[in-house]
Amino acid sequence: MSTKKNTVFSDPLITNNPITRQVLGICSALAVTVKVDSAIVMALALTFVLTMSNTIISMLRKKIPSNIRIIVQLTIIATLVIMADQLLKAFLFDISKQLSVFVGLIITNCIVMGRAEAFAMQNIPKNSLLDGLGNGIGYGAVLIIVSIIRELLGSGSIMNISIFPVSMYVGEGGWYVNNGLMLLAPGAFIVLGLLIWIQRTITNYTEE
Amino acid sequence: MVEVLEHYLSLATKAIFIENILLAYFLGMCSFLAISKKVETSIGLGMAVIFVNGITVPLNWIIKTYLLMPGALTWTGISGMKSVDLSFLTFITFIATIAASVQLVEMLLDKFSPSLYNSLGIFLPLIAVNCAILGSSLFMDERGYNLAESTVFGVSSGAGFAMAIVTMSAIRFKLKYSNVPDGLKGLGITMILTGLLSMAYLSFSGIQL
Repeated sequence: MSTKKNTVFSDPLITNNPITRQVLGICSALAVTVKVDSAIVMALALTFVLTMSNTIISMLRKKIPSNIRIIVQLTIIATLVIMADQLLKAFLFDISKQLSVFVGLIITNCIVMGRAEAFAMQNIPKNSLLDGLGNGIGYGAVLIIVSIIRELLGSGSIMNISIFPVSMYVGEGGWYVNNGLMLLAPGAFIVLGLLIWIQRTITNYTEE
Repeated sequence: MVEVLEHYLSLATKAIFIENILLAYFLGMCSFLAISKKVETSIGLGMAVIFVNGITVPLNWIIKTYLLMPGALTWTGISGMKSVDLSFLTFITFIATIAASVQLVEMLLDKFSPSLYNSLGIFLPLIAVNCAILGSSLFMDERGYNLAESTVFGVSSGAGFAMAIVTMSAIRFKLKYSNVPDGLKGLGITMILTGLLSMAYLSFSGIQL
């Protein structure tokens, strides 16, 4: 039993990562990764919603009639997302403005629905909680790696702290220019694509 | 008259090309990645998204304006309604509207146009959890469009999604004959291709109508 619990939690971290392996929740992974701090906040918000929704849905799994389960799941998830959104607006207003519609979009984030459907509906609340936590952290890890690469190459900083010395830049007599493409949409797609390549090479996984 | 038309035309161009909902805002990626393996199915999904988006965005505008906004309930005439602010319910009402209208559209199509129903069939229920739909409604809310603008925005952002997914499925169809490194097969190469596609769409960004 204890080994099973361990894999439930650790599996989604690397081997069965929700983004790079299960292909869930890509939308927000790309959109909020321009800056590291917004990526961290987004990861926390999603982990909160995912853990809670997995636990609640798993507790109710025998009570939910299967033909209206999607609506019931959506209602539970939407309520949790409203809570997360109100908390962010109250305590982290600037970042919640930056994240704009993407907090609301956690409702339709495929990770939350996917885990509710694939795991929480069949398993006991304790394992579902661990599964939610593991998937949330796995998602957060990818988000933070992508955002570190994008912020470092795109604006030369991490968490708004400049990394490269000012004298290195072209305007100050150096040679370096920030890669503006990293801040735009194509940069996100390409960085995530390469990350998927690395992850799948390490875990030895090939599609088809 | 011309000016009004011009305004809507520029709004539509912006939603389809410059701020493409998929390639610039990353919405609807999940179904994009899953469905774009075949050209026929992507055309079906694209059509369904245009259709549902064109209905739900204006519908959500009406709900927002007459039920949820601060002071929106003034029309009921009940005293004290002026100070009621239900905007924290936005997410849950929007998603409920979307789920309900998808169901309704499915039933109506089944009754009145079985051929269209059969071609869209499986994609309609999937759309309820497509982030492009909820995203369009949330953008409508954030940018403060009026009713006509939100109708135009809904249809044209759906069209942008449809165009991107059809293009991608055509590219992936050709990709079958290429030699892709093992770990990059499937999702990885699709991601990088989408990056290149979105770079191509960036070139529209100077266009002003």
